[in-house]
Amino acid sequence: MQTKKEQKKEQIIQNALSLFAKKGFYNTTIPDIAEALKMSVGNMYNYFKSKDILAKEIIKYISIYLGGKIREVNEQDISTEQKTKKIIELYFKTALSKPEMIDYFLRIYLSNREVFLDGCEGMICVNEFVTEIMIYFEEGVKCGDLRDQDFFSAFGLFMGYLGGMVFLKGENILPKELDEYVDDISYNIYKALSV
Amino acid sequence: MCKKLQILWLSAISCNGNAHSFLNYPQLDVFLDNFEFIYHPIIESDYTLEDVINKDLDCDILLIDGAISPEFKKMDEPIINIVDRYAHKAKKIVTVGTCATFGGIFSQSGYAYTTGLHFNQKNPTFLFKSLKDKTISISGCPIQPEVLASTLYAIKKDIKLKLDNYLRPQEFFAYTVHNGCTRNEYFEYKIDNHVFGKKEGCMFYDHGCQAPFTNASCNKILWNEVNSKTRAGLPCMGCTSPDFPKQNLFKTKKNMGIPQDLPLGVGKRTYLTLAGVTKAFKIKRLEEELF
Repeated sequence: MQTKKEQKKEQIIQNALSLFAKKGFYNTTIPDIAEALKMSVGNMYNYFKSKDILAKEIIKYISIYLGGKIREVNEQDISTEQKTKKIIELYFKTALSKPEMIDYFLRIYLSNREVFLDGCEGMICVNEFVTEIMIYFEEGVKCGDLRDQDFFSAFGLFMGYLGGMVFLKGENILPKELDEYVDDISYNIYKALSV
Repeated sequence: MCKKLQILWLSAISCNGNAHSFLNYPQLDVFLDNFEFIYHPIIESDYTLEDVINKDLDCDILLIDGAISPEFKKMDEPIINIVDRYAHKAKKIVTVGTCATFGGIFSQSGYAYTTGLHFNQKNPTFLFKSLKDKTISISGCPIQPEVLASTLYAIKKDIKLKLDNYLRPQEFFAYTVHNGCTRNEYFEYKIDNHVFGKKEGCMFYDHGCQAPFTNASCNKILWNEVNSKTRAGLPCMGCTSPDFPKQNLFKTKKNMGIPQDLPLGVGKRTYLTLAGVTKAFKIKRLEEELF
């Protein structure tokens, strides 16, 4: 059960996310976010002391959200091939239903590393998400479906591919909807990673 | 002086490594004031192996060293008959070493059904089930001399030892080899830049060290009162474990970068979360030579 303060924080995060997506990270100020929520700027600072702190909390929020979704897939008793497809489906589904989340991940978190240097070292702030991807790989190797290799060579292939597709979609370059690519992409990724 | 307890050291399918290891017990002379080997394969004793087999000797404690197989004989007498005869006379039985406890490396010998006295690796065996209540297991390849000696002293003093599921005294086997390892700081910060024989680096991440999931007291009771494998710069090979010996002892088995065997009782998500945090930081002091 969330406390009132946690609920408010989540509201702020969601509003900040949509403002960042609309106006860009650097063009959005704390007063803008406060205004969107009909809050005073002073009250806003009770929840987040600075825009940088808010930025880090947002990436953690997204990581927990996506990590939780992938965990649900990891805990299912299905083949690695099926898991691959389900993870891709949920990633694209999130890109469609919550585009601001994936947008933040790709355009703000990965492109403005200076904001995240202190406090988000390495992959600390995306830990839940990366952990579940690791478990998906590890279990795939353990049951003999996936080829054992360096984690990052597999991670780059998987996330680079998905991120690239969502980016192309965001640029209005893709001729079809994301979900229409799920079968082909699942086939390609599984084929590339399997033994 | 109190009566010396009579011990029969019976070697089954064995390399005699445990008998040799026991010779390194630092207080062996005091030990021999308290115990007497009626037969021992190396230490001088009153009786010969022939006497053990042909006569009906008294013994308080039966030590079984080496794996058991119905096919294996000593001087034409099946080992299981010798074990059976003396086990019923003895007040206590101690399986000495991993072979006598779990089968060990001799499980792969040519003898059929080679196992430990009560276990075939992790699985219980039933041939000597009735003796389970008076058995204590001391696994190790070889045994740590102090662990065997202290167990025998406890028997002498009628101290009831708490045993684990493999009948091993928890006093020595509740710990992991990781407890007391001088490389713990490197483990905490996930640094395995180890070079064999050097003081720096944890060997768990790349070099196959099994200390975090092996139950034994090697870093609590140092070998020869001096050192342990991991302190000296050699990975723990898990020699007290039921599935010893595994293969590729100098390489950590990993699946896509994640160690297959994790520290005892640590869940995969917990491990990965911690690893993710610590790997994000570089601790300069731990990257350098100690001195």
